[in-house]
Amino acid sequence: MRLKKMIVGLLGSVIAIGGFLEVATADLKFPMLVYRTGAYAPNGIPNADGFVDYYKMINARDGGIGGEKIVFPECETGYKTQVGVECYEKHKDGAMVFQPMSTGITYQLIPKATADGVTVYSTGYGRTSAANGKVFKWIFNAPVTYWDGASIAVRHILKQNLGNIKGKKIALVYHNSAYGKEPIRTLETLAKKHGYELMLLPVDHPGQEQKATWLKIRKQRPNYVLMWGWGVMNQVAIKSAASIRFPMENFIGIWWSGSENDVLPAGSGAHGYKSLAFNAPGSNFQVHKDIKKYVHDKGEASGDGSHFGTVLYNRGLLQAMVQVEAATVAQKIHGTSKITPAMYRDGMENVNLSAERLAELGFKDFAPPFKNTCENHGGSGLAAVQQWDAKAKKWNMITEYMYGDREVVDKLIAEDSTKYAKEQKIAMRCN
Amino acid sequence: MIYRETGQFKSTYENDHSIFPLIQDKIAFNILMLIAFLFVPLVIDSYWEKAILIPFLIYSMAAIGLNILTGYCGQVSLGTGGFMAVGAFATYKLMTIFPELNIMIIVLLSGVITALVGIVFGLPSLRIKGFYLAVATLASQFFLIWLFNKVPWFYNYSDTGQITVSERTMFGIAVTGANAPSYATYLFCLILVVGLGFAAKNMIRSKIGRSWMAIRDMDIAAEIIGVSPLKTKLSAFAISSFYIGIAGSLYFAVYLGALEVTESFDIMAISFPVLFMIIIGGLGSMLGSFLGAAFIVLLPIFLKNVMVDLIGLSAVTAKHFEITTWGLLMVIFLIVEPHGLARLWSLAKEKLRKWPFPY
Repeated sequence: MRLKKMIVGLLGSVIAIGGFLEVATADLKFPMLVYRTGAYAPNGIPNADGFVDYYKMINARDGGIGGEKIVFPECETGYKTQVGVECYEKHKDGAMVFQPMSTGITYQLIPKATADGVTVYSTGYGRTSAANGKVFKWIFNAPVTYWDGASIAVRHILKQNLGNIKGKKIALVYHNSAYGKEPIRTLETLAKKHGYELMLLPVDHPGQEQKATWLKIRKQRPNYVLMWGWGVMNQVAIKSAASIRFPMENFIGIWWSGSENDVLPAGSGAHGYKSLAFNAPGSNFQVHKDIKKYVHDKGEASGDGSHFGTVLYNRGLLQAMVQVEAATVAQKIHGTSKITPAMYRDGMENVNLSAERLAELGFKDFAPPFKNTCENHGGSGLAAVQQWDAKAKKWNMITEYMYGDREVVDKLIAEDSTKYAKEQKIAMRCN
Repeated sequence: MIYRETGQFKSTYENDHSIFPLIQDKIAFNILMLIAFLFVPLVIDSYWEKAILIPFLIYSMAAIGLNILTGYCGQVSLGTGGFMAVGAFATYKLMTIFPELNIMIIVLLSGVITALVGIVFGLPSLRIKGFYLAVATLASQFFLIWLFNKVPWFYNYSDTGQITVSERTMFGIAVTGANAPSYATYLFCLILVVGLGFAAKNMIRSKIGRSWMAIRDMDIAAEIIGVSPLKTKLSAFAISSFYIGIAGSLYFAVYLGALEVTESFDIMAISFPVLFMIIIGGLGSMLGSFLGAAFIVLLPIFLKNVMVDLIGLSAVTAKHFEITTWGLLMVIFLIVEPHGLARLWSLAKEKLRKWPFPY
């Protein structure tokens, strides 16, 4: 009997909650799928804090976007796909854009969001071939894709070897999931082009167990190690590399493997570790001053405020800024401040972040300029290499922003997206 | 007063053998089925579909499968995730090889393929028992996941190892893919779960089920009275895997639509939760499979919604509370009623019979 009552009560309250959800707000809704718990929390927290602080700052400084307040309900996914689906279903009504912060959830949402008419913005992650706007109408992955990343890393290695890496051995240590497997095909294609030997070393979720991986690296001595890691995997890999005395300057991570949280646990052993980056670290930009003034000084910082100016916090700012800018553009195009999700998509497709516009927004020299078009949802494709200085505890940019091997990458993107279009029977746009 | 058998006489064997001996139970069950089949499809929205009902039905199916093996036949298995992966990948391969084949047939065939795989991995059970068998099935979990990740043929050589479902219809209505209406996917799963649930219930009440229970209770004694351990154990593995395979097939085709094997069929994502479902729900109980699935799948969502939407906690605080509350409830349930929720239910029914004059 007690149980029966419990079940009835349970169902009743779930229904009641379902009712609450129906109450739509007139504001602009930017739901956030975050992970502040689990094995990926060390990277998830600073990034989410960046988002929240930026939205709060816009609400406080400008009174929202064109007068419309931003609401940003958080939904904790723990980086789990199933929970991500639940979060998406819960928040999709009236949502402008989803930023899944997980390649797995992005793959999950691509068909769903396309059917529901919701924009998905996966900033430098997710499905690389979504850069082809002809096929993926609702999906954006600007400013740079994994395949760009892979070829930029190889370009960096080429430069160091004066253009000749024939016979060199490059190892890829990757998260054994859709995310980590993304660069493999590009690296294989480039291996044929440049004549290096590719070694593939998968690391299983969550990435704490890497003894065998680094033992192999110690034995086979690859000249360079690339890493596609996330969460605790990054810290463990960098510590392991330090403990086998792998030359750190030959160890290059993707932009998701290059934050303070990843290198600090290895202490001085991490000195010289490199990673790609598509935004600058540090807290001397105009946007930081505004956040300090309008959010932190009022005691409203997200989390404990300790991640201010770190790599992933700054990336969160960049991601949030693009999402806000898309709403501004959409308001301009459609001449109304009350935009719908469909109008928002138009805005995202016409985002044009020139150097001047970036400066206006407080992001001067923060990231390279880029713009989206109907065909290109993948942005500029520019990234730079940064290096960790363990003594000063800070990242330094050591190269200019550079392009990947567009010839190779564009071909692969066209191939993969056409295949997808055929499978899913999608008609090409932008003709 | 209301709920008792007085005055209900059984005059035929058929009556005596019915699944619900009490007329009250029968009525309640029929009302539940009417609501599930006729009312719910009218009001279902995509949140209820994708976040609550479909996962509940699919996990119930997996729990029924594992309950047959562990609850009724006494063979502990930690390979549920691996077998669900077999179902999912069988569906994917069948869908791409035979694009014209009806989705219902594909799902059932995936179950059959998983059953065959289950028999192979059930062979060690003839020689090893208990915890040792659990370890052997654990090996199947890791082997199968590794296989689907390593051999590109299984995911049609896609770059990332992701498999994606394409749209399939039944009677002209899409049941898989992103455009499938909520009621269609829900009814599709419901029909399979109810149909196969009845099949399982009847199997358990017939010769095959009784021989499973004989093996569970004491295998040597069972062998002496003429129950063949080979046939019994392998049939339990086959039928259990059939159910789990269908759960895996639905999990991929109807629920997620796109998945990646290492994450979606991880031991912590499937094998352990499904084992907890049958332990908390009740080992050797059909009702227990459903109650356990509800407890494990729905309680976290319920706790989250209460804490975030009603109380207004931040998402992360709610998550921490959810993890602790969920664990605490699990421990409390196991202390209060080690035989599971199904046992609580039957105790409640026992009390209800004597109500309002208990002696």
